[in-house]
Amino acid sequence: MSRKKSLWKRVRRSQVWRSVFRHDYTDTRRNRILQIRSNIFLHIHPARIPSHAGRIRFTWCMGGITFFLFIVEVITGILLMFYYRPVIEYAYQDMKYLRFDVPFGIILRNIHRWAAHLMIATVMLHMLRVFLTGSYKPPREFNWVVGVNLLVVTFLLSFTGYLLPWDQLAYWAITVGANMIRATPFIGHEGPFALVDRYHDIRFMLLGGTEIGANALLRFYVLHVIVLPLAAAVLVGVHFWRIRKDGGISRPL
Amino acid sequence: MGEYQDRYEFPDLKFNVQRGKKRDNRMEKGEKKDMFVWPDLVVMEFLTAVALTIILIVWALLVNAPLLEVANPGISENPSKAPWYFVGLQELLVYFDPWIAGVMIPSIIIICLMMIPYVDVNPRGSGRYAFSLRKFALINFNIGFLMWLLLILTGYFLRGPDWQLYWPWESWTVVKKVEDNLWSPDPATGLTGLALYFGLGMIIPRLVSRDFYRKCGPARYTIVMLSILLMYFVPIKIFLRLAFNIRYVLVTPWFNI
Ligand code: HEM
Repeated sequence: MSRKKSLWKRVRRSQVWRSVFRHDYTDTRRNRILQIRSNIFLHIHPARIPSHAGRIRFTWCMGGITFFLFIVEVITGILLMFYYRPVIEYAYQDMKYLRFDVPFGIILRNIHRWAAHLMIATVMLHMLRVFLTGSYKPPREFNWVVGVNLLVVTFLLSFTGYLLPWDQLAYWAITVGANMIRATPFIGHEGPFALVDRYHDIRFMLLGGTEIGANALLRFYVLHVIVLPLAAAVLVGVHFWRIRKDGGISRPL
Repeated sequence: MGEYQDRYEFPDLKFNVQRGKKRDNRMEKGEKKDMFVWPDLVVMEFLTAVALTIILIVWALLVNAPLLEVANPGISENPSKAPWYFVGLQELLVYFDPWIAGVMIPSIIIICLMMIPYVDVNPRGSGRYAFSLRKFALINFNIGFLMWLLLILTGYFLRGPDWQLYWPWESWTVVKKVEDNLWSPDPATGLTGLALYFGLGMIIPRLVSRDFYRKCGPARYTIVMLSILLMYFVPIKIFLRLAFNIRYVLVTPWFNI
């Protein structure tokens, strides 16, 4: 026993170990604070929080779970990108390939899909929780606004991803959405007071054509894998920063 | 070592400094209101992440993501449903023209959501569940949230071919007739109706609760009441349609409401 222990001790005392992990696990106040402060990933937390903030009863953990699901989406999404080509000749074939040939491909796709649905649900529940606890009140007004933007981005992420499998479900679901857009007042060609024709309206801009085709697929793909995830990441950064700057998680005044 | 970290945490906001002091005082009095993040919270977060990972993997093993035939612009799916989180809007297409259901309503919802913190002048009930302190805000928000859910549930579970209403036990092979005997009141009546609804809606709360008006001021009051009236206009229109077969409340040469 002592040999094993001393080996473990020696590892932890080695220069390599200590260059990575600055602090040991000794249970002192100082250590507990330093553990958080000196770790780039953990230091988005404060070192201490009011004890109600750690209760599931208060936050439902919904913000945190949404964030976790976002990370899951990023990881599984990147893996899917290795197999998926956003052109109409291949997109659907690649989905079949993922399903039947790629090792664990089907699980990869399933996780990406279900986590996306779950994320929509959790982000709405998170918003409900924040409203119910009145956590948007000063000084947190702006973070609520950031949150609403995150809500919209989350919806758009799901929506743009929906087209990518290029099957009947995808095609016709997006058709429903795209058809609503052409009714936009002024800038949609079928909306009230339309100023533009079908070749110059907002739907054309989104789809890159008058119908959902190769251009639409490419546009949705670029939005889905670059533009919207970046926007979400930046907004999440601002969101977390502001939680801290606004005085940490809300509590009764 | 002591409380050193606490004070330096948010030096930029007077608000927080004051609050930090309050907290320090509480700590000195011996009330233990704080918890350490390491390891207490970090462990909880870690376990949540593990649990969710397991749930997702099991879910992915049990249920496959749908994949139908390859997209074919020539053969439409009937019904073609939007993704579930947009089905609420699609359901509204039954009652409103696309520019309202698909464009105006979502835009207005988003804008109104963003304005909430700036128009809610009630300072009470922040940071806890306190229904009695914020009845007005909570009732209206929850009704809105509930409506959103109900529309999604109806659209997702109760709509079949041609977007007709099918109960879950009814077969989609039974063809349902499309509603035909819809009518719209003439523009003058429609306009009067709308003017009455919004006019009275703006005036009555002001007379009933002067206090509310005084606290809000004219700008906030107008925004709050207008958003709320717009919100309840949706179920009212649905009711008019279902009960009286009214297609549009207001018909104009340019658009219909
Ligand atoms: C991708 C979406 C989002 C992520 C990842 C996220 C994440 C988080 C996290 C981790 C917290 C800490 C407390 C908690 O877990 O409840 C939080 C707090 C907060 N969130 Fe979000 N959020 C998102 C969307 C939203 C939305 C849609 C809103 C509102 C419309 C919102 C408004 C707020 C506010 C005001 C706080 C501070 C709450 C307090 O101090 O009690 N967030 N968010």
